Amino acid sequence: MPNNPAGTMTPRRPAGTLYRGREGMWSWVLHRITGVAIFFFLLVHVLDTAMVRVAPGAYNAVIDTYKNPIMGLGETALVAAIVFHAFNGIRIILIDLWSKGAKYQRVMFWIVIGLWVVTMLGFAPRHLINVFSEVGH
Amino acid sequence: MATTIDSPRAPHTVRRSRGVNWEKWGWIYMRASGVVLLILIFGHLFVNLWLGDGIKAIDFAFVGGKWSDPFWQVWDCVMLWLAMIHGGNGMRTIVNDYATRALTRKILLAGILVAVVAEIVLGTLVIFTFDPCPAGSPADLLPSFCPVN
Ligand code: HEM
Ligand code: HEM
Repeated sequence: MPNNPAGTMTPRRPAGTLYRGREGMWSWVLHRITGVAIFFFLLVHVLDTAMVRVAPGAYNAVIDTYKNPIMGLGETALVAAIVFHAFNGIRIILIDLWSKGAKYQRVMFWIVIGLWVVTMLGFAPRHLINVFSEVGH
Repeated sequence: MATTIDSPRAPHTVRRSRGVNWEKWGWIYMRASGVVLLILIFGHLFVNLWLGDGIKAIDFAFVGGKWSDPFWQVWDCVMLWLAMIHGGNGMRTIVNDYATRALTRKILLAGILVAVVAEIVLGTLVIFTFDPCPAGSPADLLPSFCPVN
């Protein structure tokens, strides 16, 4: 049975490798996406902070938008992105510089995920309570 | 362009242009700045989002309190420079990976450079020209240590 549009027996997808579709690839994808997201946030963040040089009221108006629930969820996502990028960044550094880094890159990926979960458990509930207790005030 | 392939047994000669190896220093910078940024950004988020009432407490008076202390001025300034250059350099890598047309690539790289330089200048000026008690502002928006309060 031909199993692809070309009518040949070539598998549709290449067989798995050490990298493709595994921890190595996904950590790279996530590192890239989170890096870009943080960069664009920072561009906006420097501008909103610059409002302190315009007027106290102008700054407060901008920062108040950070306190609504939708932004609160966005901030949680931002912190999630930063925490992953930061811990995985350390993993990358260890892979490059530690003699056993490449050998343990997979284990280190799961350590990164574990530390990320713990950090987010410490952060997200507290932040969301702050944000949602503001609703209606 | 004709490419000549050396015979397999030809002695290996590394051709390297003399001068500073910028890619190498960029690579080192990404790692060195990353380690420092982890501390600076986690500290920033801990103080601004986790301590006290977190995001609810942030307003002009909050910033006024932090930036009347040189410690936080220097903290934020170093964080600004390291993060903008780290992020800008990372974006440069990504553009180099995906932009295939030479002109698109040039435009995107120039855009990143302009944005990074402009934001560093703006952010640095904001930190060091900041006045926590600007004259003629409503007293209730200002930090408690201002003369009007
Ligand atoms: C929190 C601490 C951080 C650590 C430990 C860290 C670490 C790293 C490392 C090790 C790399 C890989 C560099 C390479 O492959 O040569 C990297 C790439 C990158 N970082 Fe960070 N970083 C941090 C914060 C940031 C911030 C704040 C931004 C944005 C402003 C950012 C944006 C990027 C981008 C865009 C890349 C390129 C990704 C790629 O090439 O796929 N990082 N980071
Ligand atoms: C939602 C999360 C965040 C909030 C609520 C927040 C809040 C603030 C506030 C109130 C300031 C004024 C000065 C101070 O308090 O130190 C500030 C400045 C600053 N923040 Fe954040 N921040 C957040 C996330 C981040 C992240 C993720 C980064 C780094 C990538 C960052 C980088 C900076 C920098 C560089 C400055 C100085 C800006 C300037 O020079 O004008 N912030 N932030």
